[in-house]
Amino acid sequence: PEGIETLCSDIEVDYTDVRILMLAWKMQAEKQGYFTLEEWRRGLKALRVDTISKLKKALPELEKEVRRPSNFVDFYSYAFRYCLTEEKQKSIDIESICELLDLVLGSQHRSQIDSLVQYLKIQNDYKVINMDQWMGFYRFCNEISFPDLKNYDPELAWPLILDNFVEWIKEKKS
Amino acid sequence: TMNDRKTIDLEQGWEFMQKGITKLKNILEGLPETQFSSEDYMMLYTTIYNMCTQKPPHDYSQQLYDKYRESFEDYITTTVLPSLREKHDEFMLRELVKRWANHKVMVRWLSRFFHYLDRYFIARRSLPALHEVGLTCFRDLVYQELNAKVRDAVISLIDQEREGEQIDRALLKNVLDIFVEIGMGQMDHYENDFEASMLKDTAAYYSRKASNWILEDSCPDYMQKAEDCLKREKERVSHYLHSTSEPKLLEKVQNELLSVYANQLLEKEHSGCHALLRDDKVEDLSRMYRLFSKIPKGLDPVAHIFKQHVTSEGTALVKQAEDAASNKKAEKKDVVGMQEQVFVRKVIELHDKYLAYVNDCFMNHTLFHKALKEAFEVFCNKGVAGSSSAELLATFCDNILKKGGSEKLSDEAIEETLEKVVKLLAYISDKDLFAEFYRKKLARRLLFDKSANDDHERSILTKLKQQCGGQFTSKMEGMVTDLTLARENQTNFEEYLSNNPNANPGIDLTVTVLTTGFWPSYKSFDLNLPAEMVRCVEVFREFYQSKTKHRKLTWIYSLGTCNINGKFEPKTMELIVTTYQASTLLLFNASDRLSYQEIVSQLNLSDDDVVRLLHSLSCAKYKILNKEPNTKTISPTDHFSFNEKFTDKMRRIKIPLPPVDEKKKVIEDVDKDRRYAIDASIVRIMKSRKVLGHQQLVMECVEQLGRMFKPDFKAIKKRIEDLITRDYLERDKDNPNLFRYLA
Repeated sequence: PEGIETLCSDIEVDYTDVRILMLAWKMQAEKQGYFTLEEWRRGLKALRVDTISKLKKALPELEKEVRRPSNFVDFYSYAFRYCLTEEKQKSIDIESICELLDLVLGSQHRSQIDSLVQYLKIQNDYKVINMDQWMGFYRFCNEISFPDLKNYDPELAWPLILDNFVEWIKEKKS
Repeated sequence: TMNDRKTIDLEQGWEFMQKGITKLKNILEGLPETQFSSEDYMMLYTTIYNMCTQKPPHDYSQQLYDKYRESFEDYITTTVLPSLREKHDEFMLRELVKRWANHKVMVRWLSRFFHYLDRYFIARRSLPALHEVGLTCFRDLVYQELNAKVRDAVISLIDQEREGEQIDRALLKNVLDIFVEIGMGQMDHYENDFEASMLKDTAAYYSRKASNWILEDSCPDYMQKAEDCLKREKERVSHYLHSTSEPKLLEKVQNELLSVYANQLLEKEHSGCHALLRDDKVEDLSRMYRLFSKIPKGLDPVAHIFKQHVTSEGTALVKQAEDAASNKKAEKKDVVGMQEQVFVRKVIELHDKYLAYVNDCFMNHTLFHKALKEAFEVFCNKGVAGSSSAELLATFCDNILKKGGSEKLSDEAIEETLEKVVKLLAYISDKDLFAEFYRKKLARRLLFDKSANDDHERSILTKLKQQCGGQFTSKMEGMVTDLTLARENQTNFEEYLSNNPNANPGIDLTVTVLTTGFWPSYKSFDLNLPAEMVRCVEVFREFYQSKTKHRKLTWIYSLGTCNINGKFEPKTMELIVTTYQASTLLLFNASDRLSYQEIVSQLNLSDDDVVRLLHSLSCAKYKILNKEPNTKTISPTDHFSFNEKFTDKMRRIKIPLPPVDEKKKVIEDVDKDRRYAIDASIVRIMKSRKVLGHQQLVMECVEQLGRMFKPDFKAIKKRIEDLITRDYLERDKDNPNLFRYLA
């Protein structure tokens, strides 16, 4: 973790910035807060950089690459797995999920994420979120028109937490 | 001989024939004439014969054939038609009938005279036979010209008869026979030249009538008229119409009287279907069924109104019970129970009443069975005063089956009532909830010896099994069997004790051993038993181990009862209490005064239990313990002591301990079971289908579980998600609505 902090200050990126996560993805880093030497090499090679300053310059390019639709799904699910710190851990607590959502989807789907985060914090049905629900959030942001929610059909296989979320929004409106 | 025969000249021969024909015509006209003798006939026949068999050029077959036809044409144009043309209406009809009869006679006779032509000539030349020629003449000359007029005259008479006048039915039959016969084997003349118009006229006639009646008459009156009209039209067919007209005629009448005005009729404000049901007009409803069953889809609206009516009656009962319950809330709980009993009774009566309607008025028709079922399903699933219908039914059964229950009925009446209760169960979607409540109450009846009649207990289980399947009743049956086995076991235990006197604990002990799987789950608390009882438990355990190995005994003290002697100052009394109560009281053998907290820790029970116990012993009818302060409720700061002054006129009293409200636990248990059931169902379905869409999975799940309960849509979704987390299923990568089974 200290190493990462140093790295962050070197490339002038905050360690809570999403680009660090993107870097981790590029390296396929397994453990949160750590980069192994192999992962480090792998990442730098993939980015075709060999100095810190080049790395800094390559960040915008990296961001564009990650945001490409064909890569983003992979990045998005990686983000979830990256946060699983314990062995056999399959879900992440609500607080962390909210932060992660904001980090990963906040820039592209601001209003949805704000609303969703608000809901997640006040609901009581779920204390943790699993991978299936996590992936559901992404699909929701991409497919469902917001905030009218006109094309949302609760009879389809949306995770129950999203059904409840939609209900909550509709109740608030009326 | 043939060669000697003199050749007959055509004119000559025909002159002779003509005489015979004229004679025939005179006879038909009613003029004085002698009858034909057999000689006359022979002469005429032979003349024809000869003229046909002469050698050419004297073979006159063709000419005779033509002259045969011309004879008819002649007669018709000169005599028959003129006489018909000058008559009208009924007179014309009579004349026509007469002329037709005459014509047939004429054809018969002339074709006999000319018979030889039929034998060879017509076949050789492929010509119509004499008989046909004769009839065709009438058809082409008379029928062709007059059939429309005849038709109108007939229809006019029919309408007059409809208006109540007497008409000559035989005449009409004869006229209509002409339409049939003139077709010479085909019905097309009858159908096209008469029937079509008759049907059209009929429709118009009844349309006029209906438009008046619908405004003036009540529904029952209108229906009566309609039924009468249909009856009369049917009779009309048998009197003079051709039988093939019947279905077409009745269809027209039904259409104009019923189909066209069906809705208006059914929905008439004070006399329509709703009103008839409300006023129990069984006769009128039966008539309604008879009439509407004949028109296409006629019964659908009737069944719909029936369903609405039954639903509203049932819903009114629910409301009535709700109101009564909320009014009585201030008073004792038992009274609220009474309202619920009454409610179930009334629902049974409602069902009896309308089932009778379905069977009698509506002739057992499936549409009405369905309507009844759907109506009951609507309101039978509404609870009353916070109790679900499943619970109400179970409580109702309990009251019938237990000793001292509120229902005092004869054996036969009990059987009948149980039968009906089981039928009502079919309408309740939460059958598993009923089963659990029933099981809980059955347990109480069995364990506290409150069951009134063993046969009834078994009988209802049989009925439930028939209706809901063996799985539904297997546990309950196990419970009943357990008791029988327990009694046997007890006998063995007593034998064991008498054989091992030093094992005897010094207290009469009866133990009922239950098979865990059959009985409702009971929490077993670690009650601190009084020393005397501890010994009992040990002894029984030894005995039981000697009988069967590999079985674990779990003691449920909360279900036990105890008879203890209380040595009060006035007199010693026997107290019948629960084991928990006995344990509490025995504490006071060692201490004079105990605080609430001390009692809690010494008994090692929960606060809820202790409060209930102490209340039953110090604040209820029999105050065995003194409480400081002497308030009506138990508080943690209270102190208790043995009330040595206690007495009662009886030597032996039972101190009741009100049972805990099981409702919450039952619902919890059922919810838990449902989660397992849904899981099992989903896994079963996915295992066999391997890949399945979300909606399909939900649908099949609901269907599979439908016999026991209606699974909540959201609950199924939650279970699916849970199964995904547990790696039983996965979501398809490309289609999020598709699931795959993971082996």
